[in-house]
Amino acid sequence: MLVIKDLVASIEGLKILKGVSLEVKAGEVHAIMGPNGSGKSTLASILAGRDLFSVDSGSIMYNGENLLDKSPEERAKEGLFLGFQYPIEIPGVSMVNFMKTAINEMRKHRGEKPLSASEFLKKMREKKELVEIDSSLTNRSVNEGFSGGEKKKNEIFQMAMLEPKLAILDETDSGLDIDALKVVARGVNNLKSPDSATIVITHYQRLLDYIVPDFVHILYRGRIVRSGGKELAVLLEEKGYELIRQGEVNL
Amino acid sequence: MQKEQDQILGDLTSGEYKYGFYTDIEQDSIARGLSEDVIRMISAKKNEPEFMMEFRLKAYRHWLTMKMPLWAHLNIPEIDYQDKIYYSAPKQKAKLTSLDEVDPDLLETFNKLGIPLEEQKHLSGVAVDAVMDSVSVKTTFKETLAERGIIFCSFSEAVREYPDLIKKYMGSVVPYTDNYFAALNSAVFSDGSFCYIPKGVRCPMELSTYFRINAANTGQFERTLIVAEDNSYVSYMEGCTAPMRDENQLHAAIVEIVAMESAEVKYATVQNWYPGNKEGKGGVYNFVTKRGICKGDNSKISWTQVETGSAITWKYPSCILRGKNTTGEFYSVAVTNNHQQADTGTKMIHIGENSKSIIVSKGISAGVSNNSYRGLVKVLPGAQNARNFSQCDSLLLGDKCGAHTFPYIESGNQSAIIEHEATTSKIGEDQIFYCNQRGIATEDAIGLIINGYAKEVLNKLPMEFAVEAQKLLQISLEGSVG
Repeated sequence: MLVIKDLVASIEGLKILKGVSLEVKAGEVHAIMGPNGSGKSTLASILAGRDLFSVDSGSIMYNGENLLDKSPEERAKEGLFLGFQYPIEIPGVSMVNFMKTAINEMRKHRGEKPLSASEFLKKMREKKELVEIDSSLTNRSVNEGFSGGEKKKNEIFQMAMLEPKLAILDETDSGLDIDALKVVARGVNNLKSPDSATIVITHYQRLLDYIVPDFVHILYRGRIVRSGGKELAVLLEEKGYELIRQGEVNL
Repeated sequence: MQKEQDQILGDLTSGEYKYGFYTDIEQDSIARGLSEDVIRMISAKKNEPEFMMEFRLKAYRHWLTMKMPLWAHLNIPEIDYQDKIYYSAPKQKAKLTSLDEVDPDLLETFNKLGIPLEEQKHLSGVAVDAVMDSVSVKTTFKETLAERGIIFCSFSEAVREYPDLIKKYMGSVVPYTDNYFAALNSAVFSDGSFCYIPKGVRCPMELSTYFRINAANTGQFERTLIVAEDNSYVSYMEGCTAPMRDENQLHAAIVEIVAMESAEVKYATVQNWYPGNKEGKGGVYNFVTKRGICKGDNSKISWTQVETGSAITWKYPSCILRGKNTTGEFYSVAVTNNHQQADTGTKMIHIGENSKSIIVSKGISAGVSNNSYRGLVKVLPGAQNARNFSQCDSLLLGDKCGAHTFPYIESGNQSAIIEHEATTSKIGEDQIFYCNQRGIATEDAIGLIINGYAKEVLNKLPMEFAVEAQKLLQISLEGSVG
């Protein structure tokens, strides 16, 4: 589904990613871990098409096509979803209107008719139940006046609504209390399917108590310095990032 | 991406002004220039009674003693008032008995503007007075309204048919001494609409006037007068467009509203005069005095405006809250793009006890434009328990435009409560990217964000206008994020 090869990227001349390679197949859950400043969010932003970063070399193929050729909205319409680390407020735009516009754009892209108002509301009800979010959230403007936890839950709700093929969750767990964390994890687990994949970006191991990844990658100073199964996350939790820093010399 | 956005900005803001066409129709125009003779000529052309001509001449003599106001945050090039034409009318038969007699070119013009004058084709529930240059072309649904005693006709007709009402109310809210442009309008105004709702009558349909400037070098000076008697209700809409021309066109209008006891008047404007081209050439100079008086107790006047057009806008729809328990409302969205300048807002004058007012102003600036809110809330000593709430928001697109807020508060009563809130924000690239990531393209994202921002005001528009206004906002601004 996603093949990243030797990706080198920078912002204003400062190299952030120094050769990242990663392959994600349908049905898999990958976790990318690493200390602050290692390039995790940069990777997520580049996948989604944020223009703040420039890709200097390397390639990203998504479903056999060059992802870097596509605009952010094309990527979204082809099933790539980014759960934002800091979701954006859009005052006065209702969640209903926002989601309806987004879903119908995607349907148009697939050559499908727009959803009728009743079909849409039905879908909204179903997904709210699935991700167990408070119904009042969707009656408000997009993220406006939401608490940190509500914003993160809202990202999971949007993910449920948009049914992405590849979901990238950028530190969705940071700043969440344990209950909110469970809601987020439940959302991700409920949405898991054999033809979709998830990349969970996290700083802490605790999210991985609830979302069990198939692969764990450790990103450090712009490189994936170690990959492994879920046990790698546990090891990291025990030994800390110091282990990686020492190990880096040998890599 | 920056480049791409500039490209989109360029593409979209250069989008043609849809109403910029010109109708080639024979015009009955007088020579350029302004003098007592010109005013007598206008009055004679309109077969006006003596009192009207006297009123015009008094206004003109007063205007000669006045100077153009320069206090607004506007850069107004010098206007040569002797270089303008003060009367121009599309030539047609003097008296129309049916629509068949309206010049087909005129009908076509209004059809193109989306204002069909054939009643059976028209939106049911909206009566229209169509004004082109100096005269009213056609008023629809007159008979239906007359059955309920409602008078809805052109101002010229009202002067001839209902002189007592005109004498009583014209200039009672905006006297010709009020300001420079009010004096000019009072001297040379050519047409406009008159509306009278009798006691206890709820007007069954939206009334509207559609103003169109067509002829070159011609000033448009219309007057609208609305009188709502006790316990009556009317909702009124106004729309305006003009052809694209390199020279600037002058528009100076007056709107007066009188609301008697427990009457309610809603007045909505979608102003889309030609704004000039991208370099700031051409466009309409829009100097308008709009004021309503809540004369009787428990009366209410509500102004809603969506201002997207004009090179220069100078306009402050106001309420004099004279009766007890009266309510004044002002809801405004003003958009400026390219070289447009707007200085707009309201005045709420609290005289009566328990009078209330609410002001919601949403400014949107893009390009190299300047957008100012200017508002006065004045509470007189007798206005016990007066209340005002004002909210003035400014939204900036790009970094070359300006947004300004000039609130004035004068309170003469200890019991008054006046609140003012103001915010300034930018459409962020992060907001647009967030929408992009959900599959929404940049142009649509801006439309969504702008309409969300202006929602409070758009919600106040009559249904027939709201959809148009939303589209208009999007067209005026799409892509203008730098």
